[in-house]
Amino acid sequence: MTETTQDGPMLAADGTPLKKSLRRALRAQKLRALGLIAPLLIFVLISFVAPIVDMLFRSVENQIVSDTLPRTVVALRDWDGEGGEAPGDEIFKALTYDFIVAAERKEHTRLGSRLNYEMTGISSLFRKSGRRVDDIGEDYLDQFKDLNDAWEEPATWVAMMASEGWVADQVAWSEARAAAKSADQDFETPEPAFALRPGVAKALPETADIYSAFARTIQTQDEDSPTEEEPWNPVYMALFNDLASNPDAASAFSGDVAALLSEAAAAVGNFETISPKDAFLDADEDWGDPMVWSTIKAFAPSYTSGYFLSAVDLQLTASGVQPQDEDQQIYMLLFKRTLFMSLMIMFSCILLGYPIAFLLSNLPMRQSSLLLILVLLPFWTSLLVRTSSWKVLLQQQGVINDILVWIGLVADDNRLVMINNQFGTIVAMTHILLPFMILPLYSVMKTIPPSYVRAAKSLGATDWTAFWRVYFPQSVPGIGAGCILVFILAIGYYITPELVGGTTGTFISNRIAYHISSSLNWGLAAALGTILLAVVLILYWVYDRIVGIDNVSLG
Amino acid sequence: MKLKTTMLMAASAIAAAPAVVAQEMADSMTLVSWGGAYQQSQVNAYSDPYQANNAGLEIVWDSSSNEAVAKLRAMSEAGNITWDLVDVVAADAMRLCDEGLAMEIDADEDLAAAPDGTSASDDFGDLLVSDCFIPQIVYSTTFGYRTDVAEWNGKEPDDICDIFDLETFPGQRSLEKRPINNLEWALYCDGVAMDDIYDVLETEEGQDRALAKLDTIKDSVVWWSAGADTPQLLADGEVVIGSTYNGRLFSVIVEQKQPVAMLWDAQVFDLDGWIIPAGLPEDRLARVMDFVKFATDTQRLADQAKYISYGPARASSAPLVGKHAELGIEMAPHMPTDPANSKNSILYNFDFWADYRDDLDAKFQAWLAQ
Repeated sequence: MTETTQDGPMLAADGTPLKKSLRRALRAQKLRALGLIAPLLIFVLISFVAPIVDMLFRSVENQIVSDTLPRTVVALRDWDGEGGEAPGDEIFKALTYDFIVAAERKEHTRLGSRLNYEMTGISSLFRKSGRRVDDIGEDYLDQFKDLNDAWEEPATWVAMMASEGWVADQVAWSEARAAAKSADQDFETPEPAFALRPGVAKALPETADIYSAFARTIQTQDEDSPTEEEPWNPVYMALFNDLASNPDAASAFSGDVAALLSEAAAAVGNFETISPKDAFLDADEDWGDPMVWSTIKAFAPSYTSGYFLSAVDLQLTASGVQPQDEDQQIYMLLFKRTLFMSLMIMFSCILLGYPIAFLLSNLPMRQSSLLLILVLLPFWTSLLVRTSSWKVLLQQQGVINDILVWIGLVADDNRLVMINNQFGTIVAMTHILLPFMILPLYSVMKTIPPSYVRAAKSLGATDWTAFWRVYFPQSVPGIGAGCILVFILAIGYYITPELVGGTTGTFISNRIAYHISSSLNWGLAAALGTILLAVVLILYWVYDRIVGIDNVSLG
Repeated sequence: MKLKTTMLMAASAIAAAPAVVAQEMADSMTLVSWGGAYQQSQVNAYSDPYQANNAGLEIVWDSSSNEAVAKLRAMSEAGNITWDLVDVVAADAMRLCDEGLAMEIDADEDLAAAPDGTSASDDFGDLLVSDCFIPQIVYSTTFGYRTDVAEWNGKEPDDICDIFDLETFPGQRSLEKRPINNLEWALYCDGVAMDDIYDVLETEEGQDRALAKLDTIKDSVVWWSAGADTPQLLADGEVVIGSTYNGRLFSVIVEQKQPVAMLWDAQVFDLDGWIIPAGLPEDRLARVMDFVKFATDTQRLADQAKYISYGPARASSAPLVGKHAELGIEMAPHMPTDPANSKNSILYNFDFWADYRDDLDAKFQAWLAQ
């Protein structure tokens, strides 16, 4: 049909252009079809695609560093790590504030485990320091206390730091709680979230920052109230720093607080100072190791390529990408081995499966049904049982070796090693995956009319020529389908290689399983999984270019 | 609601005994353990007596401890914790504690004191290796060997270093497919003093030295990854000597009567115990705390040793260990903690492995793959 006639566009009965009305009719049809598959589509998206995408996304996700150590990460931006020395007090001060918050929220050990993947020892460094960080600033607390006991009172701090609105809300809230208590009622409302007094952040920046972190942490973490809790020791360090750099801070306040602050501001000049760096070094001398700091700096961004680099035997350092230590390079080897062995398994499946499928499709119905059940029978047996039975057969004191020794083919002290190596894995996995090759082959061969081969023979072809020139080309779509099924299943297998693979027959999936379930390094597992997925997709594309995906048939 | 119950109870008990604070407890509880004989020993020693005292309580057992760490993290991320109490090895407990997935406990407050009044923290002593960990048993990874090997000319291994002696004791060995324990044994047999092992292992040279020692027997080793492998390999004669958990060897030797004997020398002690997942709702937490207090008291820990040959984690339980419930043999000589067995032993260094596990595992796997 052409788009236009001599009189303009072709029109439908109601006067609209035919193309448009056709499209409308088709769209309605498409929508109806989409509506019919919508439940399944949504189900697949939510329960299958979304979790996989979420899991793969972990391979680059790295917010944990900047979430846990926000101040340190900012402070480290200007640190270049040159000179091979740890940073100075300024950065350790930021670390103190970050660490006390993280330790009280019990987040520091999580970050420690995360960074331990990159540098051994950080896990215990963080765990140890978390116990000690609360001591930093204790000397300041004592000196403030000596000056005036009021510094120890939570009320002093609330009067100084909290906004008037919050104080009023808090009083109303505690009255409501008391009323509920005496009326014997449940009272589940949490305390109103702490709010900072305007102007404090300007007069006492460090103190305002760490005190509000303190207030929110104890409110959410311990369900306590800042009106009842004495601030953490590092808060006193912050106050000291603020007063030392801004002796005029008291002018932003009024009343008792202003008096207290100006008294303190006058005195801080004589305070004994402590260095947060020394305090951390005292907790663990590894804080003096510049490697620790360059690791934190290298992994500070919210998204990292570090996991992908590890997955290809490289490592991310502060000074760029470098190859992984030679004695830790394993993933490329495993990727290659996985591909090689999956191909071996695929070819073994073709070799063994083709004759069986041929037999199945050419036998009379009765025998072929029986044979088909025999093919499917192992398929219904537990994977572990099938794998373990290969152990019984193949091991050195196993059935096959015993028979070989008994008939004298093999000497008793020189039994064949057939398991816990690549051979064992290939044998066991070929057996397990064989039905996936036989079934598509069978269903394709079933559709090849026997008359073609008979015609070829009647025209003078030998048995071999008739098979090779006439029958085999028609069975290729079945081989293609079987190969794709077997190869993709093989590449992701991990239970069988784990059980019979020994050291030379394990796959990359074994490492993925290890990182998911033992080391909890889900980022690296996700990176390895993403690479594996990409490799499969590329091979699929290559296959499509060479063989053509239209040439694949499941029957 | 809770307050109300307390008040009502107090009012009704005015004349009678001191008012009991009745915390609402959930009436079902999901416990996670390792399955098999070990889980059965816990059912017999802990949960059956507890259920007898608490009619109407439903206890569900889940045998997923070997993947507990990953599952707990997944549950926590999904915001739906379905487990109430999880049995894990101490290293996993540390990892869960670090990740904030396990709840911190206060030993003296949450656990029962010993009958003589010793506080729980003293009774468990050094075994409280993490703030979240409630120890149950001491187990060890040690060796079993076949007693009928003709090539050994009647000699039997009695020293850990016989593992590395292929001349006197030829044959296949089985070792676990991970660095933990193997590197310690290798260094020890390479002449490092017991106390220095972990210091040496911290250094690059020390790690290479350990792997070099393992190289000498690499061709004769079958590497296992499941605890049941070595018992099977020993029973089939596939290996002549192999490492595994001492309880597995006990069942091969005593229950299945295979020609296998224990080599206790340089056994590595490790701990297994409970952790409580972080973030349980109040009623379930109350129930599980009540159960834990009961299940880890002195008598209950001693009772478990009737069913399996692992040593109770409390000092006060050791004298109460009796006979095997079915076989009727004295269990004390089969405990890894028995003085005769623990003359020479390595105490697993949890802090070291928490730091070095990932690093050394990568190195070890790369070494294996070569």
